[in-house]
Amino acid sequence: MVGVAFTVFLAGSFFRLISMWRLAKKKDGLIFSYISIFFALRSIVHWILPFAGVSMRKHPAMTIVAFLFHVCLFAVPIFLSAHVILFKESWDISWWRLPDMAAEIMSWSVIGSCLFFLGRRIFLPEVRYLTSLSDYLILAAVAVPFISGLWSYHQWAAFQVVMIVHIISGEIMLMIIPFTRLSHMLFFPFTRGYMGSEFGAVRHAKDW
Amino acid sequence: MTKRSVQNISTIPDEGIDKGAQRLTPDQVSRVIRRHLEEEGGARLKVYTETCVHCGLCSDACHFYLSHDHDPKFSPAGKVKQTLDKIIRKKGRVSIDFIKKTAEIAFTECNLCRRCVMYCPFGIDVAYLMLFLRRICHKLGVVPQYIQDTAHSHAATMNQMWVKDDEWIDTLHWQEDEARDEIPDLRIPLEKQGADIFYSVIGPEPKFRAQMIYQAAVIMNAAGMDWTMPATPGWDNSDMCMYTGDEEMVARLKKVHFETAMRLKTKRIVMGECGHAYRSVHDVGNRHLGWKMSPLPVMHAIEFYYELFKDRKLKVNQKYDAPVTLHDPCNVVRGGGLHEMARYVINETCSRFVEMHPNREHNYCCGAGGGVINCGPPYTNKRVVSNRVKADQLADAKARGAKTIIAPCHNCFGGLEDIVKHYGLGMEIKFLGDVIYECMDKE
Amino acid sequence: MNHSQWDWNVGKKAIADLSQWQNAFEWVEEPYASPDGEMLAAIVKTGDSEFSVCENGGLWENYFDKIWYLRFGPDNSTVALVSQDSMWTVAVGGQPWENRYDFVWDTRFSKNGKHIIVAAVSENKYFAVTDGAAWEQAYSFLTNLTVSDDGNNTAAVVQSIPFNSGDIFKFQQGCYTAAVNGETWDNNFLNVWEMNFSPDGRHLAAEARRTLFDYTIVVDGRPWDNNFSSVWKPQFNPADGSVTAPVREPGGWALARNGEIIWDERFLQLWHHQYSADGKNIAAIVAPEYGQRTIAVNGKPWSLTFNNLVTDLVISPDGNRVACSARAARKWLIAADGKRWDETFDMAWAPVFSPDSRHIAAKVEKNGRFFIFIDGKPLKIDFTAAWAPVFSPDSDKLLVKGIGGENEGQYCRYVFKLSALLV
Ligand code: SF4
Ligand code: SF4
Repeated sequence: MVGVAFTVFLAGSFFRLISMWRLAKKKDGLIFSYISIFFALRSIVHWILPFAGVSMRKHPAMTIVAFLFHVCLFAVPIFLSAHVILFKESWDISWWRLPDMAAEIMSWSVIGSCLFFLGRRIFLPEVRYLTSLSDYLILAAVAVPFISGLWSYHQWAAFQVVMIVHIISGEIMLMIIPFTRLSHMLFFPFTRGYMGSEFGAVRHAKDW
Repeated sequence: MTKRSVQNISTIPDEGIDKGAQRLTPDQVSRVIRRHLEEEGGARLKVYTETCVHCGLCSDACHFYLSHDHDPKFSPAGKVKQTLDKIIRKKGRVSIDFIKKTAEIAFTECNLCRRCVMYCPFGIDVAYLMLFLRRICHKLGVVPQYIQDTAHSHAATMNQMWVKDDEWIDTLHWQEDEARDEIPDLRIPLEKQGADIFYSVIGPEPKFRAQMIYQAAVIMNAAGMDWTMPATPGWDNSDMCMYTGDEEMVARLKKVHFETAMRLKTKRIVMGECGHAYRSVHDVGNRHLGWKMSPLPVMHAIEFYYELFKDRKLKVNQKYDAPVTLHDPCNVVRGGGLHEMARYVINETCSRFVEMHPNREHNYCCGAGGGVINCGPPYTNKRVVSNRVKADQLADAKARGAKTIIAPCHNCFGGLEDIVKHYGLGMEIKFLGDVIYECMDKE
Repeated sequence: MNHSQWDWNVGKKAIADLSQWQNAFEWVEEPYASPDGEMLAAIVKTGDSEFSVCENGGLWENYFDKIWYLRFGPDNSTVALVSQDSMWTVAVGGQPWENRYDFVWDTRFSKNGKHIIVAAVSENKYFAVTDGAAWEQAYSFLTNLTVSDDGNNTAAVVQSIPFNSGDIFKFQQGCYTAAVNGETWDNNFLNVWEMNFSPDGRHLAAEARRTLFDYTIVVDGRPWDNNFSSVWKPQFNPADGSVTAPVREPGGWALARNGEIIWDERFLQLWHHQYSADGKNIAAIVAPEYGQRTIAVNGKPWSLTFNNLVTDLVISPDGNRVACSARAARKWLIAADGKRWDETFDMAWAPVFSPDSRHIAAKVEKNGRFFIFIDGKPLKIDFTAAWAPVFSPDSDKLLVKGIGGENEGQYCRYVFKLSALLV
């Protein structure tokens, strides 16, 4: 089952990127000639360093939460010792592990961040206006694996059932990445890199 | 929430939109849109619309949103949600009223200023999406009357203002005559093959602001430039077709323009102070002709003035004394990176300079760009009301001493004039060329 | 144009001294040399608001309030647009046409130089004028004056139906057409743009737009059956009179004849196609890929491409060779038959083929000096101003015209023997 989830995620991502690349070749062919690695990286770097751009400085809370969230979102599932052990058992591969305490704090951070995002969606008019049901569902899809993970870790009520919820929700999250707005993870380097190239090489301007 | 998007259908009467829409059938709408999505909806459209995480961070970028008390309908992503998202979701099966509303949003509620690109973490180009919608509107024949009329003028005369071939030449003769009262041996050399510079202007210069040609001639003369202007269509570098979505005409216009330069064998094109024309010649039109960059060097007036001062070709008699502030036009700053050169020229010609905030790439659009001012009188009030932040920004610069606004772009000039008037700011607006002309040593 | 009567004796002839003119007149505008090189002429200011043309040092016998667009006709006559008392006309060798107009512009010549045609306006009515005789009909708008090779037929794009300013819907019904010798075609179009007469001058083909989106070619008022998303200027095949034009198809630009695609190749851009004199070969400027330009002959692009631009496409008299000027990596150069000359320039003018098609000469500019190159090698002399070189009819000699070759300000005409140049 985990294997299936990984396959769907990897194959799906690969498929999305390739089909997008082909679509771009077919209908937006000219964009390729404007890609400049230097300016693409210049822009990407400015957008992955916290507070490097004006937009991020304008929304300090969002910036901090978003960075914390993304770091934890990746680090916890990959470096959680329980996960690493599972990998070791299944495929006999292993790597560095997070101390459990750190993993716990980070998981709470993800949940807290999700609540923050939820709050934005509910209370900020400009975000509420853009939000549709799918945005809530995606948020839930991200939050549930972490909530259920902590639940099982602490062996709270019915933790065996919750464990199953954890496994399934985690797999679902992984699998939907390529096919929902979570695919922003895949496309970020390309959209940002393209804009960075256009702004840098053609328009001689910053884009952050 | 989505209910809001169908409110106030076509709030502003516009013959181009209303009568244009009358000619449509719902069937035609979906057929045209579906075909358009199929033919031209590429990876950019798909990635932009599917990657947007609805975070709302782009809102703060948009002067429409800021000026309308943070009404989310005016946020960049909010405009996409009301229009394109639905069109894509319903695969073009939208009502004719919906198209009218879409036209109004795409043509008059976005200046294509690309400020939002700098606020969206993904660099989603809402201006691109709005242009995509404008092209749909073009294909449906639902375009605001005034700007469509300019597009027609472009098609018939190769200039924006229905200027006839002889009227253009006559204007140059007339300005040459006028200028000779001041500088007796001044020439506006017509059709001089092999000159270094082809000086090109936008249609409104011969029509309404002919003295700008005069001033340019005086500057060229004093700097000892080898320059020429054509006596044929192709002199106009402007391009409203770029904003109506008529890309085939964009190509035709830029072909005439570039080929005029090639015919005259000039080494470069120097353009007057116009932002959208710069966008068209330096960034957009060339693409529609299959050129990665402009085939010949193209210089906006700011760059040219910068060169003249840097090379000490122009001397200043007495610096402009009233404190000035600078409006960074989107199309030459966010679209061309000329902001430091503009400051250099101001420094050479003005004694006191007050920055407005935000500035450079982050400056707010004048509200006139992207063809919005060209949609004409029906939208003037909406346009100035939709740019209250600009008025606040100017008022702040004024509070810090600025008396004159320098706006090195025709559209910005017009847009700021309306804002200054509407909000009673009492500031003077000048082109960079006006200031240079006033202070320069004309010998 | 009969070049054989020109002076083809090898040697140098000093024709005029421009520096003397500069001393004699308040100002001297940029000079022009006659095709045969025997004459240099410039508009000069002779007094307060008084202008004339100086030809080889002598003035026209008439003076004018204004003069502009001085050019030499193919028959070596000086022609300029002149004004007196705010009325305009054409002056040939200083003699103004009898008829005068509110304004005249866009001077054209028949190939042999016998006829001179201009666009003119009087009392807000526009028309064409040939040798002083105006069209019988006049229009509220006229542009794109087009002249047949023999100069006997003239055409222009005119507005045929009036519409009020801002009436976009009327415009979209089609208010423009072409007028041939003053007579409009029966059909109206949204727009008519560039046009071409057939070599015999009896037919006219034009680019046109039938709706905002449907472009086609119109021949003698009749549109092709097919529409395209765009088209460029049509040409007549000199052999069979058929009309071809670049058209835009969903897959790219292609060449079409009478509405049907005839080239298999598709290009990102395709324009300025030209026929060889026998109609057998077609050369065009194309973009084989985004950002690159080159020449395609019968649809086959050169492998050499240029990243800025290609212009001045010329086909050799025998129809087998093609040359052009181009700009690549910010430098101008000359290329022929898929190969470029080694040297790059600040500017290059249209290359010129010898009548036997074996040699190519071109005027180029480098560091502010003008040079004549032949087959990729410079002549040993350089100028402050120069004109396009001309080969003798027997392809044996080259006529070079330039100012400041040896003496500053001196205009000379040189005839070189090719054998002496090509060592
Ligand atoms: S391009 Fe400018 S006007 Fe348009 S949505 Fe973005 S910020 Fe607003
Ligand atoms: S900032 Fe970008 S991702 Fe966020 S709502 Fe705006 S366009 Fe969408």
